[in-house]
Amino acid sequence: MRVLQSWSVRIGGAALLALLLIALAAPWLGTVDPTLFDAASRDLRPGEAGEITTLEGETLKHVFLMGSDSFGRDVYSRVVYGTRVSLLVGISAALLALAFGVILGLVAGYVRALDGPLMRVMDGIMAIPAILIAIALVALWRASLPTVIIAIAIPEIPRVTRLVRALTLSIREEPYVEAAVALGTPAGRIMLGHILPNTVAPLLVQATYTCAFAILLEAILSFLGVGLPPDIPTWGNIMAEGRVQFVAYPHNVFFPGIFLAVTVLAVNILGDGLRDTLDPKMAKRV
Amino acid sequence: MYSFVLKRLLATIPVLLVVAVLVFSLLRLTPGDPAAIMAGDAANAEQIERIRAGLGLDKPIVVQFSLWLARVARGDLGESFYFRIKVADLIGQRLEPTLALATLTILLAVLVSIPLGVAAAWRFGGWFDRALMGFSVMGFSVPVFVLAYLLIWLVSLKLGWLPVQGYRRLSEGLLPFLQHLILPAITLSVIYIALIARVTRASVLEALGEDYIRTARAKGLPEFHVLVRHALANAAVPIATVIGIGIAILIGGVVVTESVYAIPGLGRLTVDAVLARDFPTIQGVILFFSVVYVLVNLLIDISYVFLDPRIRY
Repeated sequence: MRVLQSWSVRIGGAALLALLLIALAAPWLGTVDPTLFDAASRDLRPGEAGEITTLEGETLKHVFLMGSDSFGRDVYSRVVYGTRVSLLVGISAALLALAFGVILGLVAGYVRALDGPLMRVMDGIMAIPAILIAIALVALWRASLPTVIIAIAIPEIPRVTRLVRALTLSIREEPYVEAAVALGTPAGRIMLGHILPNTVAPLLVQATYTCAFAILLEAILSFLGVGLPPDIPTWGNIMAEGRVQFVAYPHNVFFPGIFLAVTVLAVNILGDGLRDTLDPKMAKRV
Repeated sequence: MYSFVLKRLLATIPVLLVVAVLVFSLLRLTPGDPAAIMAGDAANAEQIERIRAGLGLDKPIVVQFSLWLARVARGDLGESFYFRIKVADLIGQRLEPTLALATLTILLAVLVSIPLGVAAAWRFGGWFDRALMGFSVMGFSVPVFVLAYLLIWLVSLKLGWLPVQGYRRLSEGLLPFLQHLILPAITLSVIYIALIARVTRASVLEALGEDYIRTARAKGLPEFHVLVRHALANAAVPIATVIGIGIAILIGGVVVTESVYAIPGLGRLTVDAVLARDFPTIQGVILFFSVVYVLVNLLIDISYVFLDPRIRY
């Protein structure tokens, strides 16, 4: 595969794979339940030993690799479990935005009558900064996993729609599409069977960027206190919790911050690599 | 040229109208009584009733929208239920810090990124070019609040050079004003620098391949002159475009940065309004930011005529 020869794809992909493994293997990585706390182990510095009480009331000796927060929770366990939330939200929001964007883009590019109105609506959504749409929607619906995912996906839909529409407009002029039209193939089958498969490469590139953006946005929402409820361990929530004591205990902010930055970096590097190998035309543009 | 400006102005109207419909329907799309949501969690039955009458909820939705739009067009964004003053006045009070932060950020970003981008294009493929592209991927990836805390920790806590948080008005003196604003502006400008530097590099690179550059060099013009007067000047339009598009990122960044640095601007107001579920304020702020974004991009579109004499509409 040509794609795997790109160092960007290798490095970004490997880092992402490692994070995915961390997310899946969270319970076996020396973590404790991320919601457990112990008043005796409050505000420990990274590497300090302390104890933690399980739900059964049993007190265990535990080394706090990344220190503990002001409730006496293990920051390491919370950061590791936070990987699950970040990747879940990032990938789900990207898939959701992709699904809606593909349908709307195909329709706008293929059905002439709907092109104008649909794209005006997309222009309108794009005129509102993404973070404001997400914040407002989460405030209205009250934050939970599904509402946060939907709220992050909505402002990303227009970008995908624009991309798919532009691709559809050029692909529909190809001889094989004209042949399909001449044979009386229904519009739906032309869009899904003849046009969509030829948009896969640029869509894949767009999907990685959307995923990176979704992971960032979820962390921002949590950090601002409007995202997922504070008892769910997300990187943004750990940082929001830690910011109060930042001057004395910066580790609460830095460890989740490093994970977040590395994750987004990995996805972006993967996206750049995919762009350069799959879509040389796009690579020249940026 | 006037017809072009007029055409662009007219094209802005449908976008603004769609924005208005979206902001208006925010509340209507939500399950539950819009009047109760609008009034906030602490309102009593009488207050809710008054809001219901004010929103005209008994009338058809189209009538509700036109009533609302007519009020917004007059600058009446309703009253905040949390801050207990008119939303328009509230935005006016919070405008100065945000405007100052945004201006300083854009200034900083443009002054740093354009020379970097030109230098990278000049030595395309060299170590500086690679370093800048690497920095630019990092700039896109490091979240603005992580960067903010890193800078606070390093510059304010470890080195003790600048105050940690807060804001001073310009009227309190230029030095304290800048001391409080420079770190947030640096934080915010990183992603912007990454964005503009990338586009500057790509556009200058493209211009450098043109015949007139070869001619300019053959004439024996100094390399600096060739780069700036010939290559950069011809790359002005894409650079201006990306500065305009970047305003959306800037607005998002303002919301986060103001929260971290405790700056009492519009970004902080947005977060406070969301936490208090103060919907008139949320609506007002979104509308305000979006209109600013659309208008800035309109101005940039019009500026093409001045940036590129080849463009004649």
